[in-house]
Amino acid sequence: MPTQHSSRAGASPPVLPDGPLAQSQDTQEHHAIWELLESVTDPEIPVVNLREMGILRAVRQGAQGLEVVITPTYSGCPAMDQMEADVAAALARAGVAATVVTQLAPAWSTDWMTPEARDKLRSYGIEPPAKSACAAADGSKVIAFAARKSAGVGVADVVACPQCGSDNTTEISHFGSTACKALYRCLHCMEPFDYFKPY
Amino acid sequence: MASYQDYLLHLADNALILGQRNAEWCGHGPILEEDLALANNALDLIGQARMLYQYVAALRKDGKTTEDLLVYFRDVPDFKNYTLVELPHSTAMLPTASGDRDYGVTMTRNFLYSALMVQVWQALEHSSDAQLAAIAAKSRKEAQYHLRHAHDWVLRLGNGTEESHRRMQAAFDYLMPFTQEFWTDSAMETAAAKSGAGVDVRAFKAEWEATAADTLQAATLKLPSSDGFVTTGKHGVHSEHLGFVLAEMQSLARAHPQAAW
Repeated sequence: MPTQHSSRAGASPPVLPDGPLAQSQDTQEHHAIWELLESVTDPEIPVVNLREMGILRAVRQGAQGLEVVITPTYSGCPAMDQMEADVAAALARAGVAATVVTQLAPAWSTDWMTPEARDKLRSYGIEPPAKSACAAADGSKVIAFAARKSAGVGVADVVACPQCGSDNTTEISHFGSTACKALYRCLHCMEPFDYFKPY
Repeated sequence: MASYQDYLLHLADNALILGQRNAEWCGHGPILEEDLALANNALDLIGQARMLYQYVAALRKDGKTTEDLLVYFRDVPDFKNYTLVELPHSTAMLPTASGDRDYGVTMTRNFLYSALMVQVWQALEHSSDAQLAAIAAKSRKEAQYHLRHAHDWVLRLGNGTEESHRRMQAAFDYLMPFTQEFWTDSAMETAAAKSGAGVDVRAFKAEWEATAADTLQAATLKLPSSDGFVTTGKHGVHSEHLGFVLAEMQSLARAHPQAAW
């Protein structure tokens, strides 16, 4: 585990607030790096950047100089290496000497997505995740919420269609084109769509 | 401390071998959506395994252990996974061809394993080892989703046609005895639990059994006996199947050691 210097990375509450992560004690140099990294987008979903996704966690002074902290989404997400390389490349292009540090804890949650990320996902055709992914921490919710409303087991999450806004949708598959998405179909406009799974 | 690394390898090997098995469905899924589902499931499991192998490699501090070395250059007796996760996707106790894969067996195993791991990872979030706790926090969310997926298929197939019902019952009858291994003792688990870094899996037995019983009942399946021979995969004594899994998984890396791409 990397040593934790910033108040954000060192804090213990399980759910971190949404929104930009710049800290009041950040120096001007830190702010410049935050600004610079606004251009680094998610390789799978190019309409959102890493800050908006909650992947970019901190810019801080480490023992070996400046560090940019990112956190992985899914354990096996193949885009993580690309994100790390993209951040490093953006820093190098701007001539900033900083290392990219990957930090596992606290575990990334879709609750960290910013409101603008959620809007951008929706207009891109991906329904953003329902809130409170962390509420499932006791494991019971897994069994309780069933995929198909017709299965008659539990109560399914209401997922609105990003195309027409209808709540009359059904899950086609628990898993979609990437680890972070499920596949849904709107029963109103009949369009299939991706749903970003609460995580 | 070697014993604690064994414990981490036990967790990693379970995830890796089941990930490798589930990845066998890639390109062969019964329907496109499930093909994608199993590829994603395998990706999560192999991702969990990688975090654990990377951690073991870091703990060894010998300058040569890497995640690749642990995965590609250990042999059958070095692997500490449950025998359950290395079995082919078939109830036949015979050498199997790829065409013999039975999705019911795959879903049953994913159900039995993820129902346990949801509890294990949840408890390990409170591990005295901060790195293991961090890995557990990520893995727990993924295990929950895998449980949800497998649970849904157990219900669907159990409540499905006569044929799907028969095959699901056969899958549970076949796999249930392998779950006895969960509750047996091992030095690595005992030591890890005692230190506060690991957990005693036996504490989860009652809840796991209740989940299995509830699900089987909802799926109109009979809860089979889990008596009989107790497997010993976590002690490194495996079924004949693990060698074949490793042969496929390791052959490329062993044919081209040091290769980079």
